[in-house]
Amino acid sequence: MNVLHLLTEIEKHDPEVYGRLDTRRTAMRQFAGLGRKLAAAAVPIALGSMFRKAYGQTTLSVLDVLNYALTLEYLEAEFYTTALAKTGLIPAAALGAIQTISTHETQHVAFLRSAITAAGGMPVAKPTFDFSAGSGSGTGPLKDAFNSYQLFLAVAQALEDTGVRAYKGQAPNLLGKGDVLTAALNIHSVEARHASHIRQMNRAAGFAPTLKPWITGEDPGLGAANALVAANYAGEGTVLQANVPITNIGGQMVSAGAASEAFDEPLSRDQVLVIIKPFIKA
Amino acid sequence: MNLSSNNTTRDSRAEEWPPRVLHRRNFLRFAGASAAAATLLVTAACKKDDDPATTPAGNAAVNLGTGDIGILNYAYALEQLEAAFYNQVIQTPYSGITDSEKALLTDIRDHEVAHREFFKAALGTMAITGLTPDFTSINFADRTSVLGAAKAFEDLGVSAYNGAGKLIKDAGYLTLAGKIVSVEARHAAYIRNLISNGTFANSEVIDANGLEIHKDPAAVLAIAQKYVKNTIDAAGLPK
Repeated sequence: MNVLHLLTEIEKHDPEVYGRLDTRRTAMRQFAGLGRKLAAAAVPIALGSMFRKAYGQTTLSVLDVLNYALTLEYLEAEFYTTALAKTGLIPAAALGAIQTISTHETQHVAFLRSAITAAGGMPVAKPTFDFSAGSGSGTGPLKDAFNSYQLFLAVAQALEDTGVRAYKGQAPNLLGKGDVLTAALNIHSVEARHASHIRQMNRAAGFAPTLKPWITGEDPGLGAANALVAANYAGEGTVLQANVPITNIGGQMVSAGAASEAFDEPLSRDQVLVIIKPFIKA
Repeated sequence: MNLSSNNTTRDSRAEEWPPRVLHRRNFLRFAGASAAAATLLVTAACKKDDDPATTPAGNAAVNLGTGDIGILNYAYALEQLEAAFYNQVIQTPYSGITDSEKALLTDIRDHEVAHREFFKAALGTMAITGLTPDFTSINFADRTSVLGAAKAFEDLGVSAYNGAGKLIKDAGYLTLAGKIVSVEARHAAYIRNLISNGTFANSEVIDANGLEIHKDPAAVLAIAQKYVKNTIDAAGLPK
């Protein structure tokens, strides 16, 4: 059986076959390795397993995931650059932190665009954003996000916490994708650091005096702004992980609040797209 | 001090086979994965008397195992270390600790205990034993020493999960690791700000692409080993 011929045949029907099998080079290396390691009879079984992994469950392709992430990063990057350009919005003492976060988001945009291009894809174009969450009207419920520092921080927190959930939700789609998965995880934890810091800023500014750097239950902790971001926190309160109850696990004193804080929850792409839809001009 | 010495009840789940978290599908896959994995399962199944909840490892070497089980044990080892560290921090608070610091460090302690106990429950009889920490390099009375160690543990934990993700074969385990690593990153940002406000994501941990650093298990354990008396054998982990 000529596996290389087989691949060529598949490629005729599915030009993305190599994308599904990591990269062409990795696929070739895997095939070469298989030939050395396995008896001839075992090769088809191993191949079947590889292709089941590649074509199995309907999941987003790597390029789909990267372009979805790019859209979220466009949103975050423009949110912060707009805020930084607005004189008097951010107090001097907070400028350094917001600048740090803004720089990271802009770097994420550039990184994802180059990663998509390197993988043979086309980076999606940046949408036109409406940070009032008015779908382009400019008069949505967050219309004062760049006039009120309190509302700005509330939106920043919701965006960061949601960014963490969005990347987490894509991890299974990048399972076995090596460096792409690692890169996504390396962005994911940066978003979590941002979220933690924005929460500390909200607390320090007195907008949310008891807010913690971590998410307790499904409470955004933003007082009046809670209703605006409820969907961003839906499902965060679970205290069950892989069917194991975390509250007082192992006979330890772990409150339900701590049990929910100890694990951040993912959001699917569909859930996130519903959340960010009002931010995109229709 | 044994890391699992503060267990108040014996974990009955440790007696279940297969452990409830390892779904039958995964169990079968592990069992059929390779001779090495099968050997691990048999070995683990024969070691019920060494339940980590009741039999501390002392200073004996600990083998993490292979495949996803090895990665879960790797995470379990790190969480044991973190939980023991914060337990000590809360039991003997450093001089000058504020109410806010004590409350949030207690939260972190509880999170790490939850992580540790979760892995223990998930691994069941395949869990490594309770490790014996070595915190002699930390002065628990001194804020700078404690927060410096906390920063090292949290940054190391994030880089460890970030580096281990690509070694995981099961989507469910990958998601669980993802659920935990972002909480560790939240901790790291808080601890770093306590030391110096604004250092929550500085260039020590974030590169020029805005990506956090990651470390493979060998690099992580080379650092973590200093805090553990048991020699941790990670030779069987996926590369």
